[in-house]
Amino acid sequence: MMATAECKCSVQIRDVSVKKGGEALLEHVSFDVHHGEIMALIGRNGAGKTTLLKALLGRIPYTGEICFSDPNGNPVRKPHIGYVPQNLVFDRSAPVTAADLLCANDEHRPVWFGYRKRRMDQAAELLRTVGAQPDLLRKRLGTLSGGELQRVLLAFALTPRPDLLLLDEPVSAVDRKGIGAFYELVTTMRREHNMPVLLVSHDLSHVEAYATRAVVLDRTVLLCGDVAKVMASREVREIFGLPKGGNR
Amino acid sequence: MDAIYQLMETLLPFDWAEFHYMKNALLAVLLITPLFGLVGTMVVNNRMSFFSDALGHSALTGIAIGVLMGVDNYLFSMLGFALLFALGISAVLDSGNSSADTIIGVFSSTGLALGVVLLSASGGFAKYSSYLIGDILTVQPSEILLLLFVLLGVLVIWFFFFNKLLLVSINPDLAASKDIRVRLIQKLFVIIVAVIVTVSIKWVGVLIINSLLVLPAASARNVARSMRGYHGIAVLISVVSGVAGLILSYYCGTAAGGTIVLLAAAAFFVTFLVNRFRSRA
Repeated sequence: MMATAECKCSVQIRDVSVKKGGEALLEHVSFDVHHGEIMALIGRNGAGKTTLLKALLGRIPYTGEICFSDPNGNPVRKPHIGYVPQNLVFDRSAPVTAADLLCANDEHRPVWFGYRKRRMDQAAELLRTVGAQPDLLRKRLGTLSGGELQRVLLAFALTPRPDLLLLDEPVSAVDRKGIGAFYELVTTMRREHNMPVLLVSHDLSHVEAYATRAVVLDRTVLLCGDVAKVMASREVREIFGLPKGGNR
Repeated sequence: MDAIYQLMETLLPFDWAEFHYMKNALLAVLLITPLFGLVGTMVVNNRMSFFSDALGHSALTGIAIGVLMGVDNYLFSMLGFALLFALGISAVLDSGNSSADTIIGVFSSTGLALGVVLLSASGGFAKYSSYLIGDILTVQPSEILLLLFVLLGVLVIWFFFFNKLLLVSINPDLAASKDIRVRLIQKLFVIIVAVIVTVSIKWVGVLIINSLLVLPAASARNVARSMRGYHGIAVLISVVSGVAGLILSYYCGTAAGGTIVLLAAAAFFVTFLVNRFRSRA
C-alpha cells in the first residue's frame, strides 16, 4: 500500500494486448502515466497508438489490466476520461450546436428541452478557460473552424474533471499560432490541476517542447522514460528517419 | 371515450368530425405524428432511414408468422419478429465485416420476400394487402390507448436518455469517453424504432411508414440550427401534415397515409428551398 501511496500513478497499463482477426495489434504493453505529467505516445503509423487509446476508452476488448488511481493513490473504479480526438468524424450538417454538445455532456435534462441559464453560463465560462469565445455556443459544430472545434472538444473533455486527458494528435487541424496556444493551455492544466495527460503526436518538436515523458510504441513498448532521453534514442531516430547522433 | 368524442364535436364543428371513424383517426394521428417526428430526428441523425425502411418490410413476415400461429392479433408476432430482426441487423453491423447498406439491404429483401411467400402460401396475399398502404380510418379506441402508452413510454425514454443518444450519434468514441455504454444506447434506440414502426404499421402501411419517420426530420434539418429547433420543427411538420393530410383525404377521397406523406414531402421541398435561399443571402 505504501508503494501505491508514494507513486503518483494515475493510470497503470499492465500487459495489455489486443488481437483482431488473429493479428496482434498490441502485445504486452505496460507503462504508467503519472499525475501532473504529459506523457507523449509516439510511434510510426500502424504502431497501435489509436488501438491503445480505444482500449483506454473501453471501445475494444483487450487482455491485461488498465487501472486508474486518484492523486492520493486510491483506486478509481469509474474513471472520467477527457478525450480530444484527432479528426472528429461527425455529420457536419447535423443541427447540433456547441451548447448542445457541452450541455448534453453533464446535464440529465435533455437538450431539446432547452438549457438552464446557469448551465449556459458555466459552458461559456468553460469556453473562456480554453481560450474560445463564448459566442461559439450558438454555432453549429459543423460550421466551426478546426481550431474552434478543437477548443470546444477540449472544453467537452474537461468536464467533469478527467482522471486522464487523452489528446490524439490534438492540433492536426489547427494553424501554427493556435498550436502553441493550445499546448500552453494543456501545460497550464497539467500544472494547475496536476492533471495526467497522454498525448499522441507525430510532431517531435512539440513532444520535446511540452511533454515530460515519452513512450515509444511499436505494437509493444520499445522505450519509455524521460522525454529528452527518449528523443535522443536510437529507436526514435530510426522510426522517424532522423540522422544518427547530433541534435535535430 | 364518449366524453372525448363530445369535446371533439364541440371543438370541431365540421362535416368530417361527425363520424366516429374520423375522430378515432384524428386521435391516432395526434399520437402517431409527434412520436414519428420525435424519433425521426435521431433516425435521420444516425443515418438509419434505410434501417427503419427494412423494419417496415419485416412487418410482413411478422404478420405471416402470426397467421401461421393462428392468432387473431398480429401485433405480438410482428413486434417479436421486428425486435429479433432489428437486433439481428444490429449484431451483424457490430461485427463490422460488411458495409451497413449491404447488410440492411439483405435483411430488408429477406424480410419482405419471406413475408410475401408465407402469406401467399397460407391463403392468398390479397387478404393482407391492406397492410401495404395501411388504413388509419379503421383504428379502434383500444388501439388508440395503446398508441398513447407507446407515446408516453417514448417521451419518458427521450427525456432521460436523449443526451446520451445525442452524444453517441455525434461520435461513439467521444460518447465512450464519458462512460456512456455505446452499444446499449444503440440497441435501446433500435428497439424504440422497432416498436413504433410495428405498432403503427397497420394504419400507416408498409410502403409509406418510413416516409412518415424520415420526412419531418429531414425537413426540419434543412432549417433548424440547434437540437431544440430540430425537435420542435420536426414535430410541428409531422403533426401539421398528419392532421391536414387526414382532413384533405376525407374531402378528396384519397388514402390518408399517402396524403399525409405527400404533405410531409411538400414540407421537405419547401424547407430545402428556404435553406438554399438563406445560404445564398
